[in-house]
Amino acid sequence: MSVLIVGASLAGLSAAETLRSSGYKDEIVVVDGWDSLPSDRPPLSKQVLAGEWPPEKATQRAASHLHEWDLDLRLGLAATSIQVDPDSSGPGRVTLTDGTAVEPDGLIIATGSRPRNVTDQRIDGVHLLRNLEDSLALRDDLDATDGPVVVIGAGFIGAEVAATCRSLGRDVTLIEAAPSPLMRVFPQAIGDFVADLHRANGVDVRLGVGVAELECDPTGRISGVRMSDGSLVEAAVVVVGIGVIPNVEWLADSPLRLDNGIHCDETCLAAPGVVAAGDVASWYNPRYRRQMRVEQWEHAIQQGEYAAKRILAEMGFGDTDMQALGAFDPVPWFWSDQYDKKIQMAGFPDASDEMVLVEGSFAEGRFAVLFRRGDECSAVLGVNRPRHVMQARMKLEASLDWDGVISLFR
Amino acid sequence: MKVSVDYDLCESNAICMGIAPEVFEVRDDDLLYILDENPPEELRARVEEAIKRCPKQALSLED
Ligand SMILES: Cc1cc2nc3c(=O)[nH]c(=O)nc-3n(C[C@H](O)[C@H](O)[C@H](O)COP(=O)(O)OP(=O)(O)OC[C@H]3O[C@@H](n4cnc5c(N)ncnc54)[C@H](O)[C@@H]3O)c2cc1C
Ligand code: SF4
Repeated sequence: MSVLIVGASLAGLSAAETLRSSGYKDEIVVVDGWDSLPSDRPPLSKQVLAGEWPPEKATQRAASHLHEWDLDLRLGLAATSIQVDPDSSGPGRVTLTDGTAVEPDGLIIATGSRPRNVTDQRIDGVHLLRNLEDSLALRDDLDATDGPVVVIGAGFIGAEVAATCRSLGRDVTLIEAAPSPLMRVFPQAIGDFVADLHRANGVDVRLGVGVAELECDPTGRISGVRMSDGSLVEAAVVVVGIGVIPNVEWLADSPLRLDNGIHCDETCLAAPGVVAAGDVASWYNPRYRRQMRVEQWEHAIQQGEYAAKRILAEMGFGDTDMQALGAFDPVPWFWSDQYDKKIQMAGFPDASDEMVLVEGSFAEGRFAVLFRRGDECSAVLGVNRPRHVMQARMKLEASLDWDGVISLFR
Repeated sequence: MKVSVDYDLCESNAICMGIAPEVFEVRDDDLLYILDENPPEELRARVEEAIKRCPKQALSLED
């Protein structure tokens, strides 16, 4: 038997570890287009960018276990296509950039995502943030300049970069086209709290305006950002954080359905013999009765684990029982660090959900809120309230029933 | 099996508590308390899971 894992980051290596801990002893090939082992990403917008951590501290935990797992790890090799032979079972032939091919019995796709940009051009002083090299290049550029920093996009990464740059004493403007920060994940009231937090820390937060153009000086280096309302914001350094794109282009000619990532069923199965996990996977979460794609750290580990068990069941390995495994129905959890605030959320709120404050207050900057949708609690969110968030998450994992979760706080 | 936590790294986000509440507890003072430094063998799988999912790589296990 053989398993191919495409992507050696969080989801891919979590899957590799789980294959081994499940007793699978045959071949595991892991490929990644990156030349070295991808780093752990969360510190890249936080401790590493702030200069608090040396770069080597942003290493994936898996790095120190690779030797135990006996992997055929091929770094610097990307997968370029899958060809499915209609006469054979199994996932097909996966071709790599060096022209070689792998024909596994089980395929785990964990190719993650990459940042969207506002321009196709490479402009000196304009940064995206995904890899360690990006973080170090931004850090160097911040050291080499002292003018204002403009962050385009107030998603998590943008908001964290803005906070880190303020902690380095820089003038920061945070631009967001939506009416409040983090609108893709948070209801507006929380976005407003985050906007106020940034303003209180001296960030010039501009909401509801888009970027018309990036302006350069005669040497071709960034000098400012022209906004959709015609105003110009001066910039020595620009960081773009306007969301990510799942890495699926290499699958364009494959039979896999691509729709906001790789479309999978409720067991993360994308096609016979093929599962997907992490930022790249869109699957049906029966707990929330909807298709979702989650771009979060802990989620990538969890989905990688599930995908490994699912592929073992698919290959008929050992006594893996689909009945016992069930569907993949997590309550996704994530955190974001901004200034002295630890924002954490478990669950999946909608903009229209009712928000109920259960602990603390917005004014003291330490609180927990629940989101209610009918008889269900869709999510819990806390600012510097880790215990409450986790207790509520444990309840939500048992059931979304509103009465059960609210009883924790009464 | 002995569990230890590096408090210089731990940021009290309580992920470990969510996985093995018998062993880990984050209290209202926002600190992590190890309830059982030598947890019984039947908790090994969950303790290992907590170590894996700790975002700060703050947990470790001896034998
Ligand atoms: C700066 C930053 C800060 C973050 N902070 C947080 C945070 O505070 N909290 C949180 O919950 N989440 C955070 N995240 C998100 C989290 O890091 C991601 O959700 C996680 O990395 C996803 O893991 P993954 O394995 O799915 O994908 P990725 O980490 O994107 O890895 C995918 C891998 O696949 C490889 N690959 C792509 N295409 C191919 C191909 N065709 N062939 C071979 N290999 C390929 C890539 O080289 C890459 O190594 C942050 C992300 C970033 C960038
Ligand atoms: S998961 Fe890690 S960082 Fe979080 S409370 Fe536990 S030991 Fe601390």
